[in-house]
This record gives sequence, structure tokens and C-alpha cells, in this order.
Amino acid sequence: MDYFVQLIISGLVIGSIYALVALGFTVIYKATRVVNFAQGELLMFGAYVCYAFVVQFKIPFLAALLITLAFSVVLALLIERLVLRPMIGEPIISIIMVTIGLALVLSSIVKAIWGTQIRVYSPKLFPQTTVNVGGIPVSQEFIWCFVLSVVLLAVFSLFFKYSKEGIAMRATAFSNQVAQSMGISVKKIFALSWAIATVVSAIGGVLIGNINGINIQLSHFGLKVFPAVILGGLDSILGATLGGIIIGLLENLCDGFFKIYLNISGVKEVAPFIILVIILMIKPYGLFGTEEIERV
Amino acid sequence: MHYCGDYRTTYEQDSRIFQTGFVRFWFALFMGFMLVFPFVATNYLLSLMIQILIAVIGAVGLNLLTGFTGQISLGHGAFLGVGAYTTGVLTTKLGVPFWVSLPAAGLMAAFIGMFVGIPSLRLKGLYLAIATLASQFILEWIFLRWEPVTGGSYGMILDRPKIGSFVFEADKYYYFIVLAVTVAAVLFAKNLVRTRTGRAFMAVRDHYISAEIMGIDIFKYKLLSFGISSFYAGIAGALMGHYLMFISSEQFTILVSIQYLAMIIIGGLGSIIGSIYGAVFMVLLPEVLTLITSKLSWIYPNISDFILSIQDGVFGLIIVLFLIFEPDGLAHRWNLIKAYWKLYPFSY
Repeated sequence: MDYFVQLIISGLVIGSIYALVALGFTVIYKATRVVNFAQGELLMFGAYVCYAFVVQFKIPFLAALLITLAFSVVLALLIERLVLRPMIGEPIISIIMVTIGLALVLSSIVKAIWGTQIRVYSPKLFPQTTVNVGGIPVSQEFIWCFVLSVVLLAVFSLFFKYSKEGIAMRATAFSNQVAQSMGISVKKIFALSWAIATVVSAIGGVLIGNINGINIQLSHFGLKVFPAVILGGLDSILGATLGGIIIGLLENLCDGFFKIYLNISGVKEVAPFIILVIILMIKPYGLFGTEEIERV
Repeated sequence: MHYCGDYRTTYEQDSRIFQTGFVRFWFALFMGFMLVFPFVATNYLLSLMIQILIAVIGAVGLNLLTGFTGQISLGHGAFLGVGAYTTGVLTTKLGVPFWVSLPAAGLMAAFIGMFVGIPSLRLKGLYLAIATLASQFILEWIFLRWEPVTGGSYGMILDRPKIGSFVFEADKYYYFIVLAVTVAAVLFAKNLVRTRTGRAFMAVRDHYISAEIMGIDIFKYKLLSFGISSFYAGIAGALMGHYLMFISSEQFTILVSIQYLAMIIIGGLGSIIGSIYGAVFMVLLPEVLTLITSKLSWIYPNISDFILSIQDGVFGLIIVLFLIFEPDGLAHRWNLIKAYWKLYPFSY
């Protein structure tokens, strides 16, 4: 029983990171209709940049994090301006391919600079001791990671609901043309959504990097984001959050279940995608997504 | 655009594959070249040519699905794997001859491909891309974990095909099998797109609602397209398996799917000849990179290691640049160049 509680806890933590990445994905998709296959690489890039400042340049963590975030914003603006802007109006396959190309370029840059071995943040950000939660020892990192993710998700939900920019972003997502005629700069909104997506992914990367260490495999988070956003509905922020957490939980539980009862290992890698296929078969627009209705 | 004096009086003349005697002459010359090629080329060039031919089969198949029918597939690499493992299991474990297992590999891949294609009735564009992505990962996982059948991470050893006591052991003999299959595959595809089925594919791509109103059974044609495309992938995978004589799950990752998509985008979506240009381009790209870096190594001694480590990045960069600056692909550029010289020096 304890084993399953542990699984649930680590599932929640991983799930909260998925939720952050999924949030970034959804923000881009909602505003710009771009399917970002490079989301995992953005997370990895953020984690490595922060690593460079903390470990290699020995800058205090908070300052390093701020620099990382600033760096992420610049990176996002560059990507948006140089790669995605020329692709506006192109068919969906071109847009998918351009983000895949971008993902390959980003992960190569990381490989060229930092190599492929696992790196560890050396002054750990969070205390290493465990605390008891209802009789079960839980490492503090997990709690911090989960709490920070939830706080961030809450902040962004409020941002989209109440702030002027958030409302402008939702208007742009509804219709580019109408938003533009209302005096919203659609270009700025596109840039802003890329910046937000990159920043939340980078934070996710730094958090997960503090727990597991960082290597090139971090980009796999970007692939797990698809089950999460499909479950939640592609264009729903709330859906992405819930979807991320549910996928994280299910993935860990399935893995533990198959390992113990059926002696099959490695289910973790494939379970989210099987769930994804099932959702697509039953309810393709997810829990909270808007159904596309087509008229002739 | 036709030359002066190139009159057509029937529809058959207009829909011919090789329009003029000039084209037929050059094509015959090209085929002659392909037939003598293995006897004059070095082993290195021969191996490149075999890889190109196999890639052409896969790329033409994917182009039928993505370029002609408009269904995005991110699972082509896994279908290649289905073909390779099918022929692997049939020939090594059940003793079936290559000549039976090759079509069987195609059929098996087609079956799996059609199964994956079922959601395409409800899903379009992005959703379909994600569904095929999921199937890629699921199949990849099966290749790795279903050890009794696939050999897991140890892979599988395959033999070269044989007729009677003659074994196609040397590359130059195996080359002819690949060449024959490739020519058949390309000709079939080229003819397919001129038939009712091919036109139905294009109608589904261009506007599926109008297509349905015109009486085209969308589901049937989408599934058919998935089937044919995966059949091609299965054949290409099987040929690749018997060529390398070794298969393992690492040969059929998502990167392979991306490579095939890159081929048809660089070559030209919805163009058979474009798939060939794309396949040639993508197979030669790493070789050219290696060549350039080895020439540069006297300036920067470690540059070739460096370039090899970021080869995927160069490949990604080329995809991005092509999509931004040449979205219609090499086939389109080639047509523009031809048109320019046809009218030279009066380009109006």
C-alpha cells in the first residue's frame, strides 16, 4: 500500500511538471494555432541555461533563475520572429515540421555545448531532508516542486481570466481578425504567448532538474505533453492543467501495477500514449476542449 | 507549357507519363545507367545507391498518404519496422523464402497502417498527427519489449534472399532486387495518381466535404491511402532489413518518421518525382556533411566529431530553412528552372 502511495506522490509531482509544460503548449496553440513539438526542448534548454549559471558561473540560485527566465523570453521572441512568423498561413503539416526541425536544432545546441551525460545542480535548491505526510516520508523537493507548479498554474489562470493582456490573448485566440480590428496587436500577442510558454517550460525544467538531474532525455517531457493536452482538450488551460496531473498519475500507477502484478517493466514510456489513443477514439476533443463544428 | 509543334489531339496523349521523345530518350538512358551502375561503381557508391532506392520506396509511399491524400503520418518509421520485423520473423523463424515474406511484410504493414488509419475518419490534421505519433511510440515500444519475437534490444540477424542455390549475397546482386522493386513501386504510384482512386485521394485532400458530396467514400479512400502508404513502408523496411542483414528497434524511431516527412517536404508534397529528389537529398546529406568536414579538418582538427554530434541539428535546420524559403520543394524549383530555360532569353 505504501508503495502505491509513493507512486501517487511521485505521479503528482511529475504530473504537475507535465501540467506546466502543457500550459505552455496550450497557450501557444490557443493564441497562434501552432502545434509546438519543441516544447520539451524549451524545457530542456531552460534547465541547462540555469545549470550553466548556477554551477558553471556560480551565481546565486535566484539571480540565475531570473537570468534564465530573461534568456527564455529572448529565445522565445527570436523563435517567434524568425521561424514561426514566416509560417503564418502555411498548411498544418509545414507548421508541425518546422517545430520538429526547431526541436532538433535546440537539442543539438544543448548536445554541442553540454554533452549528453547527466548533470546535477550542485548546491541543491531545496533541502534534502524528508518530511512526514500522514505517516509517509516524502522528500521536500517533491513538495516544493508540486506547490510551486500549482502556484504558477493558479497565477496564470488568474492572468488569463482578469488581466488586460490575458483577455487580449483570449480575444486573439477567438479570432485574429476581430481582435486586430479591436486594436489588439496580434503580433504582440503571438510574441507574448511564446514568451509565456517558454518561461513556464523553463521553470518546469529547473524544478525537475533539481529532482532528477538534467540530461538530453528531459526533452521527452515535450512528448508526454500530447496525452495531457488531448485529455484536457487542446485549447483549454484548465484542461491542460488537469490533463497533465492525471497523465502523470496514471503513468506512474500503470507502471507500478504492471511491474508488480504482471512483471512487465517499462510501461511508463508507453502508457500515456495508449491512454491518448483511447481518448482520441472516445472523446477526441478532450474534457474541456471546444468541439470543432464544420459547415459547408 | 509545351514546345512549339508539340500538339496533342487526344486525352491519352495529354496524360502520358513521358510526354515527349526527348524525355523518353533520357529516361531510357537513365535506366541504362542504373543497370550498369553496380558494375562500375565502388562499394561505397553502391551502398549509397541502395539506400537511396529504399528511401525512394518509403518516400513515395508517404507522399501518397500525406502529399496526395492530405493525411499526416508521424508513424512511417514504425511501419518500416513492422515490415522489417515481419520479414525477419518469417524468414528466420519460420523458414519462409524472401519472395513470399517480402509481400507479406508489405501486407502486414498495410494491415497495421489501416488499423492506425481508422481514427482518421473522425480526426483531421493535428489530431491525426498526434494519433499517428502515439502509434509510432506504441509500435516502437513493442519492437523493444516483445523479446521472444523481435529479439528486443539484441535485434535480429537476417539473410540475403536466394533463388535455388544462387544467393544474392554481394551488394551488386541485391541491388537489382531493390532496383526492380523501386521501379515497380514508382510506376505503380505514378499510375495510381492518374486513376479514379488517385483523383479521389486528391479530392479528399483538397476539400473533403466537397469530395463527399461528389460521391467519394471518404473513409474508404482514407483507409486505402493509409493501406497503400504503409504497404510501401513495409516493403521498404523489409528491403532495408535484408540489406543490412540486421534489424533492431533503434532503426525505426521517431527520427526516421521525421526523416521521411522531411524527404517529401524537401522534395515536394504531392509530387512523385519530388519524393525521389527528396530521398536522394536526405540520403546524401549526411555523406556530403562528412565530406565537407573532412576537408575542413586541417583547419579545425575536431570539427568532424563536432559536426557528427550535431548532425540532427543540421538536419533540423535544413527542414526549417526549406519550409521558410522553399515551401513547395525541389520539384517545384526544378519546374521553375525548366520553365526559365524554355523561354530563355525572353522570360515572358
